Amino acid sequence: MDYLLVSVIKTLLIAPLLLATLAYIVWVERKVIAHVQLRVGPYFVGPHGLLQPIADAVKLLTKEDFIPSGVNHFFYWAAPWLGLMFAVTGIAVIPFGPTVDIFGTKVNLGLADINIGLLWILGLGGMGVYGIALAGWSSNNKYALMGALRSSAQMISYELPMALALAAPLLMSNSLNLREVIETQAGFVYGVIPNWNLFTGFQLIGFIVYMICAFAETNRVPFDLPEAESELVAGFHVEYSSMKFAAFFMAEYCNMIIVCSVATALFLGGWHPIVPPAVATFVPTLLFGISAGFLFYHGMNNIRPNDRYSFPFFGVVFAVLALVFLIPGVGPILNSLFWFFGKVGFLLFFFIWVRATLPRYRYDQLMKIAWLFLFPVALANLVLTAFFVTLFNK
Amino acid sequence: MDLVLFLTFALIAVACAINMSLQRHPVSSALSLIGVMVSLAVLYVLLGAEFIAAAQLVVYSGAIMVLFVFVIMLLNTGAEKMSKKAGTAHFLGFPLLVILLAVASWVITNATSAMKPVKFGAFTGGGPREVGWELFTRYLLPFEVTSILILIAIAGAYRLANKEMD
Repeated sequence: MDYLLVSVIKTLLIAPLLLATLAYIVWVERKVIAHVQLRVGPYFVGPHGLLQPIADAVKLLTKEDFIPSGVNHFFYWAAPWLGLMFAVTGIAVIPFGPTVDIFGTKVNLGLADINIGLLWILGLGGMGVYGIALAGWSSNNKYALMGALRSSAQMISYELPMALALAAPLLMSNSLNLREVIETQAGFVYGVIPNWNLFTGFQLIGFIVYMICAFAETNRVPFDLPEAESELVAGFHVEYSSMKFAAFFMAEYCNMIIVCSVATALFLGGWHPIVPPAVATFVPTLLFGISAGFLFYHGMNNIRPNDRYSFPFFGVVFAVLALVFLIPGVGPILNSLFWFFGKVGFLLFFFIWVRATLPRYRYDQLMKIAWLFLFPVALANLVLTAFFVTLFNK
Repeated sequence: MDLVLFLTFALIAVACAINMSLQRHPVSSALSLIGVMVSLAVLYVLLGAEFIAAAQLVVYSGAIMVLFVFVIMLLNTGAEKMSKKAGTAHFLGFPLLVILLAVASWVITNATSAMKPVKFGAFTGGGPREVGWELFTRYLLPFEVTSILILIAIAGAYRLANKEMD
């Protein structure tokens, strides 16, 4: 009963947070790309466009749900929700933080703690193709069908090097449970280098291979061939509008969060900080404190008239956040959450950064990269890692 | 709880299986087959075979069926039409199916009569560690023979594909 209650509470907490995050990643992405390209991005709905996601949601909800003629109605309707369902379910096995004591109950930060966590994510990732493939096929549109075919071929091809790249850190951690994998990465070598899988052996290669595959698996630039605007209009979702279109978007961002969380858990040590624990406790406080200081300073020496009130206000918010991290009991929990979400957030920023930087690959280049470069490299990495694990662990 | 889950997913599996043979369109049939496989994966989890369940998801519904759907879409096949020629199949099909099912159930009940009924949650040796251990100790020979079989299949596929290219 206790377990059930805790699970329900966790689900009720995480589900709305996830939806809000999905909405605001779109805002972050538009802002980051805009600043890379020397624009300001969304600016008019709310301060700095902060209410833009809500306006978008209202727009998408109230928009006419146009269904073109000649579509296969059942699959046309089911495809976006199928894709979203598989994407969201993957979040369930990701551990956000260590097991903590809340009012005497041991609580795993994260929804489900299962022995086959990583296989679960890989399985759902494989199933995620159906959403895209069915959407493209049922739309009765040649561009959509082309996009769907590309997507299926791409995701099948990149799943192989991705699974091989993920197998190497699993060998070192000797578990498929993401929580156990993270726990084996605790501690420091020589007191300075974190004992993450990334810094052990040649896992840097594995990490790079995994990240390239992650871009392809989530259909992101530079591998966004399924929705290449210049050739396929919008690819598999060209015939979709309103909430069905939004479902594809949410699934894409949800998949991004999942691949970044897996990279964090397997290579970047999950919630373990990059600096020794004695320093790590104060890093969030320091960061938020410095931000608060900057805001106060610029509020005092304001350039625009509004900044005189808005900057100190946010300065107070940041200062309070900085102090919250020092409260005994709550502080350590927030600290591990800070490190986990900090790493995931950085990887998400990296995804957006790449989108603003790189052009799209050609289709034959895409396949060539997967089969002639990534696959052999990932395989060699796995074999070498297996060799060294047997050599040194005996 | 276990029984409710079992009945739900067993029903879904059977319904999807029947739907697969009833549907005229290849994509609908393929998706019903995926439904069968996913519900089977749930049944495996209920019986404690976690690894088999994950493998079922990753390999069957995540890879093989994606290829099926991919090929169906690539060929862009439409719905099948009823042919008028299969007259004998119309009359003999259903009785033969019943006979087949009867024989199969007879054989299965006879072969497994000595076994004890399965209890949910009683079996715990289905994790990846246990399966891997068994696979590389007790069942090493069948495992290696299977890998050679797959290698032969790859060589054959390569030969066939090459022939097409020339």
